[in-house]
Amino acid sequence: MYSKGLAPLAAATVVTITAAFAMVFFYAPNDADQGFIQKIFYVHVPMAIVALCGFVAGGVFAIKHLRSGDSSWDLRSYVAIHLSIILGVGVLATGAIWAKASWGHWWVWDEPVLVSFLVVFLLYCVYYPLRFSIEDPDRQARYSSVFAIAAGAFVPLNFVAVRMAETFTHPRVLSQTGGDLPGDMRLTFLVSLLGMALLFVTLWKLELTAKHASMQLKRLRNRARVAA
Amino acid sequence: MIAAARTILRKDLLIELRTKESVPAMVLFSITVYVLFHFGLDRDSLDGELASGVLWVTLLLAAVIGVARLFAAEREQGGIDGLLLSPVDHTALFVAKATALFLFLTAVELVAVPAFGLLLLGPGLGGAFPELFAVLALGNLGVAAVGALVSALAAETRAHELIVPILLLPLLVPVLIACAQATEPLFRQEAVTEDLGRWLGLLTLYDVVFVLLSVAVFDFLLED
Amino acid sequence: MPALPLDEAGKYVAGAYVVFLALILVYVAIIGAKIARIERDITALVDAEDDE
Repeated sequence: MYSKGLAPLAAATVVTITAAFAMVFFYAPNDADQGFIQKIFYVHVPMAIVALCGFVAGGVFAIKHLRSGDSSWDLRSYVAIHLSIILGVGVLATGAIWAKASWGHWWVWDEPVLVSFLVVFLLYCVYYPLRFSIEDPDRQARYSSVFAIAAGAFVPLNFVAVRMAETFTHPRVLSQTGGDLPGDMRLTFLVSLLGMALLFVTLWKLELTAKHASMQLKRLRNRARVAA
Repeated sequence: MIAAARTILRKDLLIELRTKESVPAMVLFSITVYVLFHFGLDRDSLDGELASGVLWVTLLLAAVIGVARLFAAEREQGGIDGLLLSPVDHTALFVAKATALFLFLTAVELVAVPAFGLLLLGPGLGGAFPELFAVLALGNLGVAAVGALVSALAAETRAHELIVPILLLPLLVPVLIACAQATEPLFRQEAVTEDLGRWLGLLTLYDVVFVLLSVAVFDFLLED
Repeated sequence: MPALPLDEAGKYVAGAYVVFLALILVYVAIIGAKIARIERDITALVDAEDDE
């Protein structure tokens, strides 16, 4: 049920990501200020954007779950959040690499997007202990959905708050995240973003299929045990 | 709904008045944390952003204690099932718990804020009022709404004392940012009001979002 | 050939892309292992049924 369209999607992902890599290294020019290091942004920023959209999508699926009571929405929500947390690790890692390359420290508080991402990441890490410490499966799904909705609403609020704070304490204007990119950089960035988004959806469908199959297997096995 | 909320609220307030469990502990905790900061920072008096930060971090940590205890009575005596079986609007439960938390926080701050002024605040509290009231009020409202939601979320988990802090504190980061930034100019040697409207606006936005959201989802936490 | 300054800057950029690729590969490997386990269990189930 979940694996419909998975193969062409995977193919599209591979093509787009390969194209993106090619563009990053062969097409996009070196940034005037930052030089070669700026190329980190073609992986760091799309990952961040996709992860945040994944968190919000998790919240949307959670709303659908609560309204319909259909647990397949909860599964979609869980996988979306789970994948976004993994991407989040990548965002923080590539963000740290960028910080080390640009400022010489493995972490800086200057970039409001990175800082708010850290807060969001810390929040979503609680999803696992919360979810897995509730034993009743129906309650587990419902409480996880409530969390996903609250956390999803929190994401934009948090970004606004951190941005407001950082503009006061660090009035440095860091314009790498896309404000006025020249044409060829912008195209490369968009292709990278598309590739990352396709990757997310592919992996999401892949994991949904695997989880669904393993749930059905468990059901079959229980049925066989009862029949025997 | 209002009547039901008032009844539950009165019960919670009576329990607190009788047992004096949460509020005194929160006050004691706050003052202890001030002492910790004194030793940790090796400072006798703070002003400006350091003062603002110490005050708000302390209040938030104290709030965590209050949130963890919010559904304690129900959990320990199996009372939550009693509440669920009665035809009470679950929104009423949320309103009652959030109001109780708001009142507890206010009670704690009645002691903890003057204590801060006494122990650590260089310039003294005089210049910070009346603006500090507004910040405290809006901040408490946000903490109360989110705290009630988190308390309910964590109530049925096995490890709830562990979950409440790590769940509550990231959610309160915007509140901390707004309150600390709003209070910082109030705690300077020459207290001024700077950008207060901006931070109060952020707090109001946060409060509106989370009160509405909590009311909307609270039902799903309690149905069974 | 792109200008790949394999000095300071190059190794950081490479690091970032390696992190990204590593995440994907580890993830796909985990899912692959999960699918392999599911196939094994299905075979076991089918065999158990054949034995009856």
